[in-house]
Order: sequence, then C-alpha cells, then structure tokens
Amino acid sequence: MTDLTQARSLTELDPRTKKRNAAEKRFRAYGVSAIAIGVVFLVILLWNIISAGLPAYTQTSLKLDVALTQEEVDKAESAVVKTTRYRKMIEAAMVAALQDQGIENPFSKSRDLVRMLSTGAPATLRDAVLADPSLVGQTSQFEFFMSSRADGYMKGRVTREDLARDKNLTPLHLDVIDRLVDAGMVERGFNWNFIFGVDASEARPEQAGMGASILGSFYMMMVVLMAAVPIGVATAIYLEEFAPQNWFTDLIEINISNLAAVPSIVFGILGIAAFIQFGGGVMGIAGFKQSVPLVGGLVLSLMTLPTIIIATRASLKAVPPSIRDAALGLGASKTQAVFHHVLPLALPGILTGTIIGLAQALGETAPLLLIGMIGLVATSYPEGFVSGFTEPNSAMPAQIYQWATRADPAFYERAWGGIIILLVFLLSMNIIAIILRRRFERRW
Amino acid sequence: MYDDIRLAERTDTMTDVKIAARNVNVHYGDNHAIKDVSVDIGDRAVTSFIGPSGCGKSTFLRCINRMNDTIDICRVTGDIELNGQDINDKSVDPVQLRAKVGMVFQKPNPFPKSIYDNIAYGPRIHGLARNKAELDEIVEKSLRRGAIWDEVKDRLNAPGTGLSGGQQQRLCIARAIATEPEVLLMDEPCSALDPIATAKVEELIDELRQNFSVVIVTHSMQQAARVSQRTAFFHLGHMVEFGETGQIFTNPQDERTESYITGRIG
Repeated sequence: MTDLTQARSLTELDPRTKKRNAAEKRFRAYGVSAIAIGVVFLVILLWNIISAGLPAYTQTSLKLDVALTQEEVDKAESAVVKTTRYRKMIEAAMVAALQDQGIENPFSKSRDLVRMLSTGAPATLRDAVLADPSLVGQTSQFEFFMSSRADGYMKGRVTREDLARDKNLTPLHLDVIDRLVDAGMVERGFNWNFIFGVDASEARPEQAGMGASILGSFYMMMVVLMAAVPIGVATAIYLEEFAPQNWFTDLIEINISNLAAVPSIVFGILGIAAFIQFGGGVMGIAGFKQSVPLVGGLVLSLMTLPTIIIATRASLKAVPPSIRDAALGLGASKTQAVFHHVLPLALPGILTGTIIGLAQALGETAPLLLIGMIGLVATSYPEGFVSGFTEPNSAMPAQIYQWATRADPAFYERAWGGIIILLVFLLSMNIIAIILRRRFERRW
Repeated sequence: MYDDIRLAERTDTMTDVKIAARNVNVHYGDNHAIKDVSVDIGDRAVTSFIGPSGCGKSTFLRCINRMNDTIDICRVTGDIELNGQDINDKSVDPVQLRAKVGMVFQKPNPFPKSIYDNIAYGPRIHGLARNKAELDEIVEKSLRRGAIWDEVKDRLNAPGTGLSGGQQQRLCIARAIATEPEVLLMDEPCSALDPIATAKVEELIDELRQNFSVVIVTHSMQQAARVSQRTAFFHLGHMVEFGETGQIFTNPQDERTESYITGRIG
C-alpha cells in the first residue's frame, strides 16, 4: 500500500489542496485590489472634474439701473467705436448707484470703477438696446457679468493677496463688491451662457460658452452618421456575407484591422490632403474649407469607419449560420436572407458598435487640430441649419483644449466645465447604446 | 433482425423517378467527399440515406438543392436531374430550385419571429398569396400538414423559438412545405429530439409521402426502416448499396452494408 491509496480524513486538508486553495484566494485578492484601484482612480478623476468644473456653471452678475436717453444713444450709434459711449452710460449709472446705496466710491476715475464689470458689458447693453428700442428714454434694470476676477473673488478663487500685483483689479474693488453684495446688487446665478453661449476672446473669459462648439460637434456627428455608418455597414455586409474568400479580400481585412490602430492625427493629415487641398483646392468643391464641420466630420468618418466595420462584421458573424441556411433553404436569395434575417439579428451589435464609434469621434481632438478647428474662436452661431455644415466652427474637445491653453485661470475653470458637458454627452450616448441593445436583442 | 411489422408489407411501389443523380462527385478543396454516386429518387416515396458519420450522406443531400453552392471551396460535378432537368445547368437559378426542393435541417432553426411569420415567410417571398386571407389559409394548411396546428393555433403570434424542440422541428417542416415544394430534403431531422417527438415527426414524414418526394438522412437505422421505402447506404463517400428498404435490412448484397447494419462498422 502506498500513501496515495490510504484512506484520508475528509476534514483534514492535504498540502496540495491547501496550496491550491491559497493560490485561489491570492488570485481573488489580486482581482479585488485591481478593481479597487480602478474605482479609487475613477473617484479621484470625477471628484477633480466636478470640483474644478462646477464653478463654471455659475456666474456673478451686477444688477444695475441704467438710464437711456435718446440723445446719448444717437451719439453712441453715430460714433466709430460705438461701445465707448455705452460704457460711459454704465459708468454714470454705477456711480449713481453707489451714491444711492451710500457706498463710498474710492475711485476718482469712474473708468476704474467699472473694471469690476466684464469688458463685454457695453456690448451687452448695446445689444439690448438694438433688440428692444423701446428701452430708450427710460430707466431699466440690466444684468451685467462681473469680470472674471470679480467672479473669481465671489467663488473664492481670487483673494486680496492675489490682487496685490494685478493690473485689472485692486483690493479697493473688492471692498466695493462686498458692499454691493450686502446691497443685493451682486449675485451669483446659474450660468446659462456657459452652455448656450459662444466662445469669447481671451480678455473676456466670463462670456465664453460651449454653445457653438456643441453645435459644431453635433454637425460633425451628423456627417459621421451620414457618411461612415452607411459605408461602414455596407462594407461589413459585403465582406462578411458576399465577398469571395481570396487573397484580395484577406488583404482588405488585414488593412481594415490595421486602420483601426492608426493614430488619429494621421487621419487629420489625410483630411488636409484629401479634402482641403485636393477636394477644396484642386477640385474646387465648395464647402471643403478649413475649420468647417463638413470636413471635420468627413475626417472623423474616415477614423470611425474601421471601428464600425469591425463591430458590424463581429455581430454578423455572431448570427448563427442555421438562420442563413433556413432562409436559403426556403428559396430566399442571398440578399433576402441577409436583409430579412441576418441583419435584424445583428442590429443590436451594429448599433452598439456605431454608437461607440460615434462616441470615439465625438471625443477626438488631434485630427481637428490639423484641419483648423482649433485656434479658431467660434464667436457666433451658424446662420442657418444647412449653412452650419460649411461655416467655420469648433468642436467640444477642441474648445476645451483651447481654453486649457489660455492664460486666465477663469478659462481653466471653463475647460473643466466643458469636460463635464463632453462627459455628459458621452455618457448619454453609451446609455442609448445599452438601451438599444436591450430593446433589440433577441434570442434564437 | 429488423422485423418491424411494416417492413414485411412494404413493396417497392416506385413508379416515377423524381430525381436522377448520375456520377456525382463532390470535392471540398482537396477532400474528395462524394465519389461517383448515382441514385434514383422516386416520387411520392420516402428515400433514406444511412451510413456512418462523415460518409457524405448529408453532403449528397445538400447537392440536391444546391446548398453546397453557399460553401466557397465546395465543387460539385456530375448530373442531377429533377423532373428530367439538369439542376446544375447554368440557366437554373438555385433560388428557384430551392423553392421546389425544400429542406429541413438537423437542428430546428425557426426564425426568431412569430410562428405565423415563420410559415408565411416562404409564401411571401415567392408571391404565393395574393392577399392576407390567402396567406392565412396557407399558414393554417401548412401547420395542419406539419401536424402542429392544434398545438399552436391559439398562439400564432408567439415567437417560434419559444416552442419545444420537437414542436420547433415540426414548425420547420411546416415552414418547408408552405412553399409547396416537390421534394423535401431532411437532414437528420430527429437527431435533436426525444423519442416521443421523434415518433411524431416520423408519423408526419409518413403522411408527407402522399404529396411529396421525401429524402431523409438519418443515423438511426431503425428510423430508416420505419419511415422509408428505399434506402441508400453510404460509406466513405461511396454509395455502397441502394434498394428497397426491406431488402437492404434483411438481405443486404454488399458485405459492408451487412457489417454496418449488424453493428460491426460505423
């Protein structure tokens, strides 16, 4: 009798089993710790984004009664630089307001006093007057954005020490602001302008918004949907269901897989060469210009194509061949078998792949850098729906990148705020992908 | 040894030849799967193909409705005539051929659609019904002929995939006969079914003989004995023996056939 065949107690673990159990426990511990590390990083990331980005969603503004007289407005409108006169009206109104409230005005020049307002304030006033001429001749209340530093002071970003060497604002301004807050004239409210407004120049971070670039991204996604999805799905169906198996189709397959791994900036260069220089330059196709969503969308389409093709082929492959046999056996043609039976079953997978491809395109920055959608200040909305495709615009990630490169910390805050919007879009796209998948998934 | 009671009363009633195959060879790439097979399949009769796994009986079956066309590396030579017409002729559209030669597969494969749509699909694509009423009629008739009408008549809108395995297979048979084929090919139709479901399908096959020419591939020799009038024995790509079922099982001419049916090979 050897040891092996001897009867052993069931309750007593032999060394091999002990070792095996220990190894299993270790492996589980590795797994749990890996997930824990991931979760910790995710929490840190989200906390960072939210804490740094949330202030962008509020903005301090000043409520001010401004008296508009016909004479002043006419003078302003006949001047070369029209906003100068409007600034003077605001200055006068502010001096008067301080007097009314009994707040001491520490500035001898009223121009210094209005430094606490956005430099865009006169334009805001003028736009209001142009929009509603009946305001002329009466005194009405306007809300003006405070300057980015005054806003930062309200948000706790800017302190008195910071202003010691600042040329824009002095601690004296802050004293006035404190009194104005007490008087209820300065308030911090939700910043709709950040979501729906357009980008502003470097001197006016308080007026910068994501609106135009959200629209730019939307136009590009439309182009990707119209260009990449039909081409990608058709290519995948042909390759998977109809193409003969030979060296040529093998070559195409290998190339598509490799294309998915090509750095996106390469697609940007291709975009310049193919669309802007050749399409717009040599062929003279209208609309193939720098910085336009049409070209941006086409470049992103090129980039997204491999993802869509690969996802579609994978989901076509996953449809059991017995379904194809069943349809063919009934006398359906190859095309009927594919479109009546295979494609509907592959649809959830195709949709998921497409949405993931779109999400990838939505967050892509590098190719946009090359076709000039970065460096452009998207200061206006497109004039019409169709012309939006061919009017210079930016895109969400490009806008974020641009703000992050600007010096003023107020822009930095906006970059984080923009990331929140981008993430919300990506998250909703992924949720849509999951819902569509659940809804269309059928068992066989 | 297979003294099934029906064997004795079975006579070769074959009068018309529905399908005539002559010198059929099939190559899968370098693999010579079917070697010089010639066989006559009768009208309104059940012909069974038996043989060990990999002997080529399913491959040969798939030649009859040109399902092998869908496999790139598969090459078929030789003549197969349906009603005297060469089915491999260039002018023959395989899609039209398959409407005449229906097929039931080994694994029940209903479409993931309603029972009604499963049956209606064939008639729809071939334009067999002019309106909804006609289509309803075809569906009911097919389900009745498929011996499944009573079980599903109250839930025609339920998914076909929700039925039991045996019901699914009868649904597939009903689906195949809905297009009014002349020949029905069955590739091991009962291999995934339990004995009770098998008995139902076999009964159905026996009834289908009234209207169709049925060819069935089976691994079960008992099944071949029970349902078919003529039997072909395949071995290693050759058709070894072909004759009346009773004769094949009681008095095989070839040594290999005898070895197989007595269980010595295969």
